[in-house]
Amino acid sequence: MTRTIQLDEVTVSVSTPNGDLVLLHPTTTTLSERRIALIGSNGSGKSTFARLLNGLIEPTGGTVRVNGLDTQDDGAGVRRQVGFVFTNPDAQLVMPTCIEDVALSLRRSIKNKKARLARAQQILEEFGLGDKADTTVHALSGGQKQMLALAGVLATDPRFVVADEPTTLLDLRNTQLVADRLFGLEQQLVLVTHDLELAQRCDRAIVIDDARIAFDGDPTDAVTFYRKLVGA
Amino acid sequence: MSSLLVGGYRRGTTLIHRIPAGPKLGLLAVFGVATVVVPGVWAAVGFLGVSIALVVWVRMPWRSTLRALRPLLFAVVIVTAFQVWQRGWETAIDVVAGLLASIIAALVFTATTAIDSMLDAITRGLGPFRRFGVNPEKVALAFSLVVRAIPGILEIAHETRAAAKARGLERNPRALLVPMAIRTVAQAYDTGAALHARGIADD
Repeated sequence: MTRTIQLDEVTVSVSTPNGDLVLLHPTTTTLSERRIALIGSNGSGKSTFARLLNGLIEPTGGTVRVNGLDTQDDGAGVRRQVGFVFTNPDAQLVMPTCIEDVALSLRRSIKNKKARLARAQQILEEFGLGDKADTTVHALSGGQKQMLALAGVLATDPRFVVADEPTTLLDLRNTQLVADRLFGLEQQLVLVTHDLELAQRCDRAIVIDDARIAFDGDPTDAVTFYRKLVGA
Repeated sequence: MSSLLVGGYRRGTTLIHRIPAGPKLGLLAVFGVATVVVPGVWAAVGFLGVSIALVVWVRMPWRSTLRALRPLLFAVVIVTAFQVWQRGWETAIDVVAGLLASIIAALVFTATTAIDSMLDAITRGLGPFRRFGVNPEKVALAFSLVVRAIPGILEIAHETRAAAKARGLERNPRALLVPMAIRTVAQAYDTGAALHARGIADD
């Protein structure tokens, strides 16, 4: 099974009253490592980069291909392969109860309702939320919400998981739980994070600064580079 | 309202729980019409009795049921006073008992029907309209988004009020309404992106 995301001369810009604002300068790279970290300052373009990977943002120039599928030509096909975890699980969880939210992800793959709910319950149990099936999403803690969001994403069985600062809103224990879960995945992971320890657990790290790739390589070197960059 | 709409459902095994959502909704409609059409004080009181019996039967917790009814207290008092003044006690009891009976029956419906079954019922019910370009799945999803959005918006309202208070602006309507509107729209955008990311809007 090939697992490659290919960016070819990709640029992203938006027009503003003061002229074009470039969110990503021409970028060409291939993402094929199992765990890739994206680090960089606020507003550097990390989230733009991450959203390009599943077609949530389409490039202004160039192409993004996921296993050969162009995000512009076949956005739906791309999103079936690339799961996306947001920073704030509140936006991601759309159904009133936990089991219904996971079941929503399964609507396409399992048509029979009983089988769908049974599978959803099984997934909840895998994520340690088995006893929360009928609990309203609002009653969950931040960590549980993020776990549920992750469960909903993984229910569709994607090949890649892109996570945009999934632990930023979490305490230490929940960060550990969510991170361990992410790093335990068999899927390829692209992790946007401010947690440099997490970045160092990856196989490759990309530092994004001022809307372009400033460093790309070994995570330990990347973190050293990033620290030097911000003068810390 | 939020507890009434969202937190209401509890798993159960009574007959009421097991009736499929579509027919149950039909029964609710028949019951609602009956409370209006069947005349007489005793009939109205009877309907109220039936709906209370339903509450007992499906084991709805009393406290949350009463809490769900509390917002209606004001309307009930006004309607009662008006009817007593205009038509006398008998009509007042007839109208108010009928009103309460249908609302309590509606609460029983939400307490015994999972949103998912409700969505399936909507999807099935709208099936025949598919040929006119209606996509039943999308309509059902829209319903669930509304149900989900209500507590979300209430939460935003609480947070904006707290933020305004922290800055001493709790009496300034602009400090409450503007951020609330903006954050609600922002939340809607985020939800849209999330639906997109989950591939739900794609088919």
